[in-house]
Amino acid sequence: MTDIPFLSLAIWVPIFGGILTLASGSDRNASVAKLIALVSALGSLVVSIPLYTKFDASSSAMQFVESYSWIPRFNINYILGVDGISVLFVLLNSFITLIVVVAGWEVIREKVAQYMAAFLVMSGLINGIFSALDGVLFYVFFESSLIPLFIIIGVWGGPNRVYAALKFFLYTLAGSLLMLVALLYLFMESGGSFSILEWHSLKLGMDVQTLIFWAFFVSFAVKVPMFPVHTWLPDAHVEAPTGGSIVLAAIGLKLGAYGFLRFSLPIAPDASHAFAPMIIVLSLIAIIYIGFVALVQTDMKKLVAYSSISHMGFVTLGFFIFNPLGVEGALVQMISHGFVSGAMFASIGVLYDRMHSRQISDYGGVVNVMPKFAALFMLFAMANSGLPATSGFVGEFMIALGAVQFNFWVAFAAATTLIVGAAYTLWMYKRVVFGPIVNPHVAELTDIDNREFLFLAVLAVCVLAMGVYPFPVTEVMHASVNELLKHVAVSKL
Amino acid sequence: MNFVIPDFYPASAELFVVAMSFVILMVGTFANNSKGVSYYLTQFTLLGAFGLTATLMDGQIGFTFSNMYVDDLMGDFLKLMVYVSVFVALLYSRRYMSDRNIESTEYYMLVVFSTLGMMVMVAANHFLTLYIGLELLSLSLYAMVALQRDSARATEAAMKYFVLGSLASGLLLYGISMLYGATGTLEISGVAQAIYHQAANKTVLMFGLVFVVSGLAFKLGVVPFHMWVPDVYHGAPTSITLMIASAPKLAAFGMAMRLLVNGLFELADQWQSMLMFLGILSIVLGNLAAIAQSNVKRMLGYSGISHMGFVLLGLMSGVVGGDRHFALNAYSSSMFYVVSYVVMSLASFGVLLILSRSGFDAETLDDLKGLNKRSSWVAGVMATVMFSMAGIPFFVGFFAKFSVLQAVVAAGYLWIAILAVLMSLVGAFYYLRVVKVMFFDDPIEFSPLSAPSDMKVMLIFNGLAIALIGLFPQWLMSFCAWSLLGSL
Repeated sequence: MTDIPFLSLAIWVPIFGGILTLASGSDRNASVAKLIALVSALGSLVVSIPLYTKFDASSSAMQFVESYSWIPRFNINYILGVDGISVLFVLLNSFITLIVVVAGWEVIREKVAQYMAAFLVMSGLINGIFSALDGVLFYVFFESSLIPLFIIIGVWGGPNRVYAALKFFLYTLAGSLLMLVALLYLFMESGGSFSILEWHSLKLGMDVQTLIFWAFFVSFAVKVPMFPVHTWLPDAHVEAPTGGSIVLAAIGLKLGAYGFLRFSLPIAPDASHAFAPMIIVLSLIAIIYIGFVALVQTDMKKLVAYSSISHMGFVTLGFFIFNPLGVEGALVQMISHGFVSGAMFASIGVLYDRMHSRQISDYGGVVNVMPKFAALFMLFAMANSGLPATSGFVGEFMIALGAVQFNFWVAFAAATTLIVGAAYTLWMYKRVVFGPIVNPHVAELTDIDNREFLFLAVLAVCVLAMGVYPFPVTEVMHASVNELLKHVAVSKL
Repeated sequence: MNFVIPDFYPASAELFVVAMSFVILMVGTFANNSKGVSYYLTQFTLLGAFGLTATLMDGQIGFTFSNMYVDDLMGDFLKLMVYVSVFVALLYSRRYMSDRNIESTEYYMLVVFSTLGMMVMVAANHFLTLYIGLELLSLSLYAMVALQRDSARATEAAMKYFVLGSLASGLLLYGISMLYGATGTLEISGVAQAIYHQAANKTVLMFGLVFVVSGLAFKLGVVPFHMWVPDVYHGAPTSITLMIASAPKLAAFGMAMRLLVNGLFELADQWQSMLMFLGILSIVLGNLAAIAQSNVKRMLGYSGISHMGFVLLGLMSGVVGGDRHFALNAYSSSMFYVVSYVVMSLASFGVLLILSRSGFDAETLDDLKGLNKRSSWVAGVMATVMFSMAGIPFFVGFFAKFSVLQAVVAAGYLWIAILAVLMSLVGAFYYLRVVKVMFFDDPIEFSPLSAPSDMKVMLIFNGLAIALIGLFPQWLMSFCAWSLLGSL
């Protein structure tokens, strides 16, 4: 289709940029490191943009395909390609990385080069996850992206960072190791191929599908995270530095959901149908129960973390009701959540940088001293609670519509999130921003500077634009989602 | 009696090493700066042997010394790896040894002899040749562990190593005698033929096999014959631990291939079930016990046990219900695992050696605390090794695990693969703990690191090798497979 390997560039520009940043050395020339990091992040965003502008939205096929032999001994190939489902995430990831680099610009003072390098390398690896079409290549990107985040949480995180970093790493590793066995099993079943697209059309018996479904399910459910295996997320979020939280919420959580669409549904469609009720129940528990858990949090980051789990419950619900509205809504919700949760964590980061506290009770009356910030934060809070005209509304509404077609009571239960979500977000906002100033430290706060205004405003524009006019997003995914659902509807038995 | 002059050509590398050992001995006795000269001569010997072996790798199988000795690709490949690993190990150890006043001509002599022993082991086509090689290696290693005479811990370790090692040699020898009794020959290919023609007494054969496998298990250090590993790793001077934890694993793998695959392939069903048992136990116990260690050398000892368990899992997946279709795949993945392990093991002990200085041995987790703040690149190398050993991609350890697991799954042992990955998860915990103390904790001591530049360069190169072989594993994998083609 095109001669320029945009996908490879989107993967390797940030990685080499990260290595270069790392090589720039100690904190004495931190400004050099920051500059290299900024240029690399910009570069990776620039090479990602053609992926959207040159994307043929009418086709459901893989585009920008690159294929090279990597490890012929096991028939492992370096195959990259994106369809309407994955292309947006590459863009989102490159965009968020730029935001993170800017957000950490003045806040990080220790080991700056390593901090920036970790984010850049992670960004490249995540782009790899979304564009890999070879099982082992996917796995390699999937698992190696744990290392940078582990280091980020552990080195620049809060007081309990070691526990959070280890918990994050071991939880995710536990899931992905089972996926490795599933990949090897599929390799054997398919007669020696690791190609994901070939696996899609591979005939599999029900018991094989069940095994494979469960292996993938454990791995992706931990990553999403779904209800019983979600406990690592609040810890990781709370302890991670602002940048880590942004990436984790905006991109990290999407990896598991993406995995469901790329592996579980098309490779094991019959098992997916068979276990859909279980997943729907788990999703509803996440939406409702975790929503209430968020309500009682006293720590802002923890609150947003729980709200993320609740929102991701919506996403998994959308996938497993198997209709176009549900799946597209879930994808829109994923993109929107990328902006909104990223912006929420960025806003909390702005407060934390000034007060070094995440406790809601330490704040109150912030609007009096930080009016510009309060306005932007208000918008993000509204989006997080799913107010119409923000991006948060579009996805939830589409999923709710899809769910009505599936089963009224499921839709009813899911829609309660619009109430609970509004309750926990706005209540938090009220306690933090409004009211009289009680804490004398709050009175000394200064409003956001230009750098902070810049990245929050950019996020605000995205949130609003997607809320008002989501067509550019849905247009791209339409063909691929329909194709996927057609594929999933056909039994493989 | 008719005496034929044997063909020396296939054994030219061994003869070169023997000749050089005499030169080193003489120079060491008479030269002024005997240590320095011996060091460089030893390194030269390894390079020379590398060159000689490389020229011998022509794909031809040559037998010599009345068929007691074989020159084939597998042996040559393992020899090349042995040279490289001893070379690197010597380079890492030099400063450590001289700081402790145990660098001497005798030390280099022992290194040369142990290298020779390993070469003989992997090139043996006769049980006695194999045994001679093994003893040459083992006796040199016992002596090396005891080099630090005034250290009670090292002496104790040497004693343990010697007693248990001798017991293992005895078991092996006893097993070999049984095999001899059953088949009437000591030549490895002859034994294989005798069993193939069903000329052997099955009961005696099985009896011998059990002893041979036990002896092998001792040498590889797998459960339940692992008791010496942690103590010896812990007690020996770090440089000697490095020596024990690297090249001899290659030789032990070569010995396993010679004994089990070349000699007793017909009994694969029997020894595979033994290896399965040993392998699973090693992976479980090695990983679980490593969690409790605060001493890094001891932890690496237990982790080595679990890695050897993986090697055995590869070896036990070769023959499925009489079908030998998978053999090449399984054995070459095992071989790839051993080579990867040696590369990682070298770097891990290399880091401990670079952190040690006169009068101070870096060996506990506390000694690694805050390493990132003292020296980012050393911490980076150690982190690379730890992630690699834990089996995280893009590092070589991942593809090692990957290829062995692939062989295990292909052989139909899905449950073993699941058990193995779950144990890898346990393993990830203690490897991550090392990363944690290096990157997340504050340093206890701040003394700057000083190291000879050749050591620094080699350590960086070693770390890069772990990453680069991980990025491009194909050539090493196919090299392993190619070298085994002739021996199956």
